[in-house]
Amino acid sequence: MSELGQPEDPTIERGITEGPGGVSTLTRQDFMSDQEVRWCAGCGDYAILAAVQSVLPGLGIPREKFVFVSGIGCSSRFPYYMNTYGIHSIHGRAPAFATGIATARPDLNVWVVTGDGDGLSIGGNHLIHALRRNVNLKILLFNNQIYGLTKGQYSPTSERGKVTKSTPFGSLETPFNPVSLALAAEATFVARTYDVERKHLPEILRRAAAHRGSAFIEIYQNCNIFNDGAFVALTGKGRSGNRVYLEHGKPIVFGPDNSKGVRMKKDGALEVVNVADAGLDQIMVHDEHHESQSLAYALSRLSSGPTMPTPLGVFREVEKPVYGDGIERQLRMAAEQQGPGDLSKLLNSGDTWTVD
Amino acid sequence: MSAQIAPPGTGQERKELDRVVIRFAGDSGDGMQMTGDRFTSVSAFLGNDLSTLPDFPAEIRAPAGTLAGVSAFQIHFSDHDILTPGDQPGVLVAMNPAALKANLKDLLPGGLLIVNEDAFDKRNLEKVGYTTNPLDGGSLEGFQVTRIHMTKMTIAAVKDSTLNKKEAERSKNMLALGVICWMYGRPLEPTIAWLEKKFSKKPEIANATIAALKAGHAFGETAELAAYSVKPATLAPGTYRRITGNQAIAFGLIAASVQSKVPLLLGSYPITPASDILHELSRYKNFGVRTIQAEDEIAAISMAIGASFSGHLGVTTTSGPGLDLKSEALGLAVSLELPLLVIDIQRGGPSTGLPTKTEQSDLLHAMYGRHGESPLPIVASYSPPSCFWAAIEGARLALKYMTPVIILSDGYLANGAEPWRIPAVEKLPEIPVRFASQPNVGEDFWPYLRDETTLARPWAIPGTPGLEHRIGGLEKADGSGNISYDPDNHNLMTLLRQAKIKAIEEDIDPLEWDGDDDARVLVLGWGSTYGAIGAACRRLRLRGLKVARAHLKHLNPFPKNTGELLSRFDEVIIPEMNMGQLSKLIRAEFLIDVISINQVKGLPFRAGDLEAEIEEHL
Ligand SMILES: Cc1ncc(C[n+]2csc(CCOP(=O)(O)OP(=O)(O)O)c2C)c(N)n1
Ligand code: SF4
Ligand SMILES: [Mg+2]
Repeated sequence: MSELGQPEDPTIERGITEGPGGVSTLTRQDFMSDQEVRWCAGCGDYAILAAVQSVLPGLGIPREKFVFVSGIGCSSRFPYYMNTYGIHSIHGRAPAFATGIATARPDLNVWVVTGDGDGLSIGGNHLIHALRRNVNLKILLFNNQIYGLTKGQYSPTSERGKVTKSTPFGSLETPFNPVSLALAAEATFVARTYDVERKHLPEILRRAAAHRGSAFIEIYQNCNIFNDGAFVALTGKGRSGNRVYLEHGKPIVFGPDNSKGVRMKKDGALEVVNVADAGLDQIMVHDEHHESQSLAYALSRLSSGPTMPTPLGVFREVEKPVYGDGIERQLRMAAEQQGPGDLSKLLNSGDTWTVD
Repeated sequence: MSAQIAPPGTGQERKELDRVVIRFAGDSGDGMQMTGDRFTSVSAFLGNDLSTLPDFPAEIRAPAGTLAGVSAFQIHFSDHDILTPGDQPGVLVAMNPAALKANLKDLLPGGLLIVNEDAFDKRNLEKVGYTTNPLDGGSLEGFQVTRIHMTKMTIAAVKDSTLNKKEAERSKNMLALGVICWMYGRPLEPTIAWLEKKFSKKPEIANATIAALKAGHAFGETAELAAYSVKPATLAPGTYRRITGNQAIAFGLIAASVQSKVPLLLGSYPITPASDILHELSRYKNFGVRTIQAEDEIAAISMAIGASFSGHLGVTTTSGPGLDLKSEALGLAVSLELPLLVIDIQRGGPSTGLPTKTEQSDLLHAMYGRHGESPLPIVASYSPPSCFWAAIEGARLALKYMTPVIILSDGYLANGAEPWRIPAVEKLPEIPVRFASQPNVGEDFWPYLRDETTLARPWAIPGTPGLEHRIGGLEKADGSGNISYDPDNHNLMTLLRQAKIKAIEEDIDPLEWDGDDDARVLVLGWGSTYGAIGAACRRLRLRGLKVARAHLKHLNPFPKNTGELLSRFDEVIIPEMNMGQLSKLIRAEFLIDVISINQVKGLPFRAGDLEAEIEEHL
C-alpha cells in the first residue's frame, strides 16, 4: 500500500497517463460508448449527453480518470453511453456511491447524473449530505419535473396542481426549488442551465469541472413524452425575455435590450424592475463569490418556476475545504506522526502477557 | 465440574479455587463496566483463562437506583481453559438495592454476596419495591453476606482531596474493586498504573480512585474477609492480550488490508452494538484506513461499494435495523460482483428490539434478505478472538471471488472479551489480489469475462487506460457485461452467480467435529453458542455420556462434508438464539430432521441449561 493508501499494482500506471490517442488529442468520439442510446426521440437528454461528450475532451484529463455514477431513471442511463468508467447504481443513491469513489480516489474525476425524482425524492438525503461535505463531485440534476422512467407520475419539482397519472385531480404538493435546496445544503458551486442551450450548457459544465468540491447544476430537461413543454416559457423561440443570465460582477439585467433588471427591496426580497425607471445603479450586481449564500438564495427565489423570469448561470462559487482532500491530509499526518502502519505492533498493542 | 463455593481461606493461607464467576452489579452511573474491565485485566495479567459478559441497559442513564438502570459485568476466570462467561456467579457485588434485586436470582446457593450497605436507604429500597431492608431479616440466609459501608469508606479515604462529597463518592466502585482484589489475591499495581494514566490530566480524580482502591484492599485484609486464590491457567505458549469481538474485527480488517495490499474504506452509520468497530477503525489512519460516518446505512454501504469499484476493500458495519436498510444496495453488489464486507453485529429484534442484548436471528436475513436470486457467502465468528479470523476470511473470499460477503457476529461476541494468543504476522494467510491491466478480448475489455476456476470476474479499476467500462444493476450479458434482457442470458447469469458462490465450498475448511466416536447425537452450532455448547458437551462427557459436537463457521456455502458428517449421527441437535434458523437451512439443504433448542432472551445460553436439554436426547 502506498503512503496514501492507494492500491499498488506495478502493472498500473498512475497519475496523468496517456489514454488511447493521448490527452491532448481526445475527441468527442472517444467519449462515446458503443451502446445504442435508448432515450425517446426528441428527449432533452440527448442534448445534455452531446454537451458533456463535447466538453470532456477539452479538460486535459485522461479518459480513464473519469467516472460517471447515476441512480435510476431515464436520465440515469447516462453512464452507459459514456466511454468512461461508470456505475448505474440504485435509485437515489448515486451521490453516496460517488462519495465512496471520490474519497477512496481523490485522483479521479467523478460525475453524478441524477433526475428530479432520483436526486430530490428517494435520494434527497444523499444529495444534501454530499453537498454539505463538499465531496469533489460534479452533480448534474436533470430536472424534467416528472418521473420519466416510471411513465409520468408527478415529481418533487412538479408544480402545484399538476395533473399526472398519480394526481388526476392535481398535485397538492409544493415543489422543491433545486437551486434553493442546494444553496441551503451548503453547496460551494450552484448553477442552472437547460438542455438545448448550445453555448451556455457547455460553458457551465466547464465551470463546474474547474471547481474543486461539490458542483451542483440543475439542468432543465424537456421530457417530450410525459411533460412536454414544461420549460417552453423559458427556452422556447422568442422567449429569451424570461432568461436572466447571471454574470459575475455585472448588473443583473435581461429582456429586450436588457431593459429589465433585478433590484433588492427594503425587505431583502428581489423584484424585477424597468432599468430605465429604477436607474442602473439600483440594479443588483451579481457576486458569485459572496461569503454568504443569502444573495444567491434570494436570486433563486426570483421565480417560483420556469414560467417567469428565471436566473440561469452560476449562482454561487466559493472555495471551501474538500472532503477527500481532508481525509487525505489526515492519513498523511497520521503516517508522519505514528509512522506507517505496523501490523505486528498493532496486534501486540495494549496489555500483553507471555505464556512460556 | 469444579465448585466455586468452598470454605474460605485466610490472608495467610488462601483457599485455592480452580474457577470463579464474579458479577459486578450497580447503577449505570456506578462504573461497573470499568470495574469489571479492570478486574479482567489483572486476572489476564495473572495468567488466568477468562471470559466476560457485559450486560448493560440501552438507556445511557436510566433514573438512578431503578431496576431499568442496573448495569452488570460478569467475569469467569480460572486455572484451566474455559469456554463461557459462566452460568451463575458464585460472587455477586451489589452496589445498591436495584442491583441486588435484579441479580440475586442468579447467585449460586451459598454464594458470596458483597453489598454496599450505605446504598440501602429508604429511598433506594422504595424505588425497587422493597418494603423492608433485605439485608436485615432472613431473606438472604442462603448466602454468605458481607456488608460494607462502601460509600462512607470511600468518602473517608479521599477526605484529603479537594473533591466534594458527591465527586468523592464516585470512587466507590474502586473501593469495591479493592475489596475483591484482596479476596482473590490480585495485585493493585496494574490498576493503579492504569488509573494514573487514564486520569493523568485530572490528578485529583486519579488520587481519589487510587485511595479508594487501596482502602478497599486494606479493609479486606483487616476485616479478614474470605481469601481465595486462582492459579494461572496452562495456556498454549505465546504472547497474549485480551480482546473483544469488535476490536478483533477491526484488527482483522486491517490485517486483511495489509495482507492483500488493498486499502480499506469503511462506510458506517452508528448503531449499537456495532459502533465500536467504526470508532476503532477511525483511529488507524496510518494504515491508510478511510472511515466515513455516513448519513444513513444506505449511504454507508453505497460508499463502500463505490470504494470497491475504485480498487479499495469496501466495508460496512451495522446491526439488524441497518442490515434491513442495506438490502437493496447489497443486491446491487451481488450484481456488480465487487468485493465488499457487510458486518452485522446481531442484536435482539424485530425492529429496535433489544439494542444492547444479543441474538442470532439475522441468519435467514443474511441468507435470503434480498429480492431476486441473490446468493452471497456468509461467515460467522464464534468467540471474541475468532472475529479476527472472520474478518480475514471474509475479506479473502470477497477479494478472491469478487463478491459481497456477510460476516455475522453478535452483541455478546462484540462486547465480551477473552484472552487472545496474538498470531505472528508471518503466519497470516496471503491474500493475493491482481487488478486487471490489459484488454481481455482483442482490443476490448469485458468486465464479466470470468476466471475459469473461481468464476470471478476481473477487477479493473478507474485510472487504468483502455479498460473503461460501465456496470450497473440491470442484468448483464455474460462476458461483455452489456445490458441484456435476453431470457436465456438471465438464466445463465443466475446460474453463474449461484455456481460461483457454491464452488467456494471447495475452498473452505471442512466441518470438524469432536467428541465420542460412538456418539449417537451430534450437537451442531454456529456463532456465539460455541462456548456454551462446548461447555455443555464437556460436562456431559465428564459424566460418561456420549455426545459429539461440531460448529459451523461458514453458513453459505456450508463446508462440503456437512451433509455426510451430519448423516453419520442418529440425531442432530441445534441450539440457537433464535427460533430455529439454522435448523431450517439444514433441513432444507440436507433433508435431515434436526432437534431445535431455541432461546431468545437477549442473553447467551447457559451451559447448564444446554447440558440438561441435550441430555434429554441422549
Ligand atoms: C427503490 C426503487 N423504487 C422505485 C423505483 C422505480 N423508479 C425508477 S425511476 C423512478 C423515477 C425516476 O424519476 P426521475 O429521477 O425524475 O428520472 P427521469 O426518469 O425523469 O429521468 C422510479 C420511481 C426503483 N427503480 N427503485
Ligand atoms: S420518457 Fe421522457 S425523459 Fe424518459 S427518455 Fe422519454 S422523453 Fe426522455
Ligand atoms: Mg424526472
